Amino acid sequence: MDLGKRGAIKKINKLLTDKEISCKELTNRYIEEIEKSDLNAYVIMCEDNALKSAEKVDKKISLGEKIGVLEGIPMTLKDNISTTGIETKCCSKILEGYKPIYNATAWELLQNKGAVLLGKTNMDEFAMGSACENSCMGRAKNPHDKSRVTGGSSGGGAAAVSGNLAAYALGSDTGGSIRQPASFCGIVGLKPTYGSVSRYGLIAYASSFDQIGPIAQTAEDAAIIFDAICGHDSKDSTSVKIEGGPSYNEINNSIKGLKIGIPKEYYDGVNEEVKSSIEKAMKVYESLGAKIEYFSLPEVKYSLPVYYILVCAEAASNLARFDGVRYGYRTENYKDINEMMCKTRSEGFGAEVKRRILLGNYVLSSGYYDAYYKKAQDLRKVIANAFNGAFEKFDVFLTPTSPFTAFEAGKEYGSPTEIYLADICTAPVNTVGIPGISVPCGFDSKNLPIGMQILGAKFSEAKLLNVAHQYEIATNYENNKCLETGVRL
Amino acid sequence: MKYDLVVGLETHVELLTKTKIFCSCANKFGSEPNTNCCPVCLGFPGTLPKLNREVVNFAIKAAIALNCEVNLLSKMDRKNYVYPDLSKAYQISQFYEPICKNGYIMLDSGKKIRINHIHMEEDAAKLVYKNGDTYVDYNRGGVPLLEVVTEPDISSSDEAREYIEKLQMIMRYIGVSDCRMQEGSIKCDVNVSVKPEGSDKLGTRTEIKNMNSVTFMTKAIDYERDRHIDLIESGEKVVQQTMRYIEATNSTESMRSKEDAQDYRYFRDPDLVDIILTNEEIEKIKKTLPELPDSRFKRYVNDLEISEKDAALLVKYKNVSDYFENASVNLKIPKTVANFIVGQIFRTIETEAEKEKFEILTTPEQLNEMVGLIESGKLTMNLAKKAFSKMLESGKPVTEFVSESDMQGIPPEEIEKMCKEAIESNPNAVKDYLSGKEKALKALLGSVMRQTRGRGNAGEIEEKLKELIK
Repeated sequence: MDLGKRGAIKKINKLLTDKEISCKELTNRYIEEIEKSDLNAYVIMCEDNALKSAEKVDKKISLGEKIGVLEGIPMTLKDNISTTGIETKCCSKILEGYKPIYNATAWELLQNKGAVLLGKTNMDEFAMGSACENSCMGRAKNPHDKSRVTGGSSGGGAAAVSGNLAAYALGSDTGGSIRQPASFCGIVGLKPTYGSVSRYGLIAYASSFDQIGPIAQTAEDAAIIFDAICGHDSKDSTSVKIEGGPSYNEINNSIKGLKIGIPKEYYDGVNEEVKSSIEKAMKVYESLGAKIEYFSLPEVKYSLPVYYILVCAEAASNLARFDGVRYGYRTENYKDINEMMCKTRSEGFGAEVKRRILLGNYVLSSGYYDAYYKKAQDLRKVIANAFNGAFEKFDVFLTPTSPFTAFEAGKEYGSPTEIYLADICTAPVNTVGIPGISVPCGFDSKNLPIGMQILGAKFSEAKLLNVAHQYEIATNYENNKCLETGVRL
Repeated sequence: MKYDLVVGLETHVELLTKTKIFCSCANKFGSEPNTNCCPVCLGFPGTLPKLNREVVNFAIKAAIALNCEVNLLSKMDRKNYVYPDLSKAYQISQFYEPICKNGYIMLDSGKKIRINHIHMEEDAAKLVYKNGDTYVDYNRGGVPLLEVVTEPDISSSDEAREYIEKLQMIMRYIGVSDCRMQEGSIKCDVNVSVKPEGSDKLGTRTEIKNMNSVTFMTKAIDYERDRHIDLIESGEKVVQQTMRYIEATNSTESMRSKEDAQDYRYFRDPDLVDIILTNEEIEKIKKTLPELPDSRFKRYVNDLEISEKDAALLVKYKNVSDYFENASVNLKIPKTVANFIVGQIFRTIETEAEKEKFEILTTPEQLNEMVGLIESGKLTMNLAKKAFSKMLESGKPVTEFVSESDMQGIPPEEIEKMCKEAIESNPNAVKDYLSGKEKALKALLGSVMRQTRGRGNAGEIEEKLKELIK
């Protein structure tokens, strides 16, 4: 049995129900592999809880009860998804020791379905970064080449899934944080429509951009997970009730006649190997009866500046509460409360987080609000209208997930603004609020995974998963390449 | 030189909703510290606010009662500032698109104090200073507030007092707030400036923060007015700044200057959705509103012929006014009920707070029954007053204190007999009366009334006496 190739969830479910392995045994194997691994994917383990959950599943199986498809599946959560009693610190020193007293809704839903949580995974501090190098726990390593980055910010989750250290992971995506590491690690990452998964319990980076979504080995797995976590949550006013049935029921639909738009702007400055690999995917789609058409979406070029102005503004406000008064890190020596707050924040936040807080406060301050924040909000609507208009013509867009493949870790790649360009293909999706999925579509000359991104109109997750799944079948999963590491069953 | 005083008020009214504005914690005053809080109102990482619809309904009620327009689309914004009493480091408020705008409160003089807007927001937690340490009580964090902001239409401290008292009264009537200054459920910030008499140009203003007593507010306004005038007269300039009022010395001191003013970096709160209302919803809420005090006052004076003084006392507290309304049902002369309330009931109540509660043993139905007996001639005013004192003490109905025979009245032949006897035994009084001394009849009347032990109808007896003497 090859866990790394055709998805993990249904395979594990079959192993458990066929009693080929007990859930406890399986969970123990994951725990052992995680402990052996040097990927630095996990930042905290919860073995005891995991084994207890596993035992419950085993008991059900032994009693001959039917188990759900996600029941007993070992998985992981990004370190910014709140878990009762388990440290959740966004890989930031400022939240050291913080154990939430409530569960995030997305985790609560999975827990109720019997998911086995192995631990929390590494990330860029407060999800700010595209390489998982801004973590107070050190960087996560790319299982395909440990000298390279995993992508970010959900780098730990992507490394865990790609390195067979979890069957799947939940990440969060504010400007590409699920899709880009998925593409760097050769797996599938779905950023759902804004509002389709509850944000309750996701420690906010930029509230109008953040979404929780699955990181999985295949589109089929992603569909199973998405169906389990989506839907309206009364605790999140921005969450929405989704019309229609489970996306899983749609994945086998034919895509004959599907209209795929190729927005040219997304291919400017993209690495040639990435480009040719996506062009090959276009051929695959044509062979499945889809129609490919290039078109221009000039508004997309405003997305990145709009994105960085707005996310920094929201982040500055969201992160102001970390002051050492109620939870997390507090500085050792201080004279009064002002000094305590000031030193706590100076010592607790990393450089990138501080940079974004400063930027955010700047664009919101009186005298600059109109020039930056307000203009960016206005442009956000312009970009959204352009995307929505194009989706009247096309069912989906096909673009690169990242202009390049996983880069080497620990190197300066230019100024912060040059580094921000890594998000150029992914950020527009969050700016507009639509869903996007990254699907592995090949390897470059260094044998590093390449990801393609499929975008759709709001609440078109079922369509995206269908289009992704059809590609995976048509290519016999040759790009969802399994690694010889982690749990091999 | 003479000066005009210009005052604008920003009043925070704490709402009486069952739960807080963004979570389901109890909205209760006086609980043990930090017992009415949860991850949401403590601003724990990852929590999200959810707007309590009751707050929106209360805001709509206030809007209607204060003659405001309700915005069919309004939004919540974040006001960012760092303080230990603010768990999220921002207060959720409405800055760009508040829920109500353009209203007014009419003063007794007929002058309108315009209301620029009303917005909804959350209260901050409370800091408690004890033994040199500072403690935070988050019970108050997230309690819903309405902020009612006037135009600078107020031109004296008396007008400010009347405005606040009317606002309190209206908020209590519509049941959105108890407006108790001593509990902090109503507070105001006062903007003061002066300008040469008749000038159109506003002077530089100062803002006095957090006034929680009407008396101190009027004192603070007067002090600040005099301070501004003194500055101008001595050739100096008023500096725009935020002031604090010091009760002990009846003076103000600077809290912070304009340069140190906070930049609140307001922006739309991305965690909350647009508040969209329909005219149908607003009409529905309008129908649930009680008659407002101004309208009741006018009706009492014009239709019920109650004196302005008594009418004002009746409408001041809704419980009193409601009691009056209930006790007056189906009566011909509700004024009698008013007299019993203002005369006898108020004498048993000592404080304004008790008047506001108006928890008395006698039910309005019992007072109604008693006044009904007076109106039907079965009970005389004298007997009623005596019985009512006992009713107020015991909570028992009037029938406990007056006998059947008291209420039966006296047959006309009996009255005639008594009148004849009185005339016979008081020849002098009869003589005086016949010689034009009207008062002499009172002596005869008094004598007959004593005979009836107060049960007789004075008017009828007087008529009988006149008839017999003729």
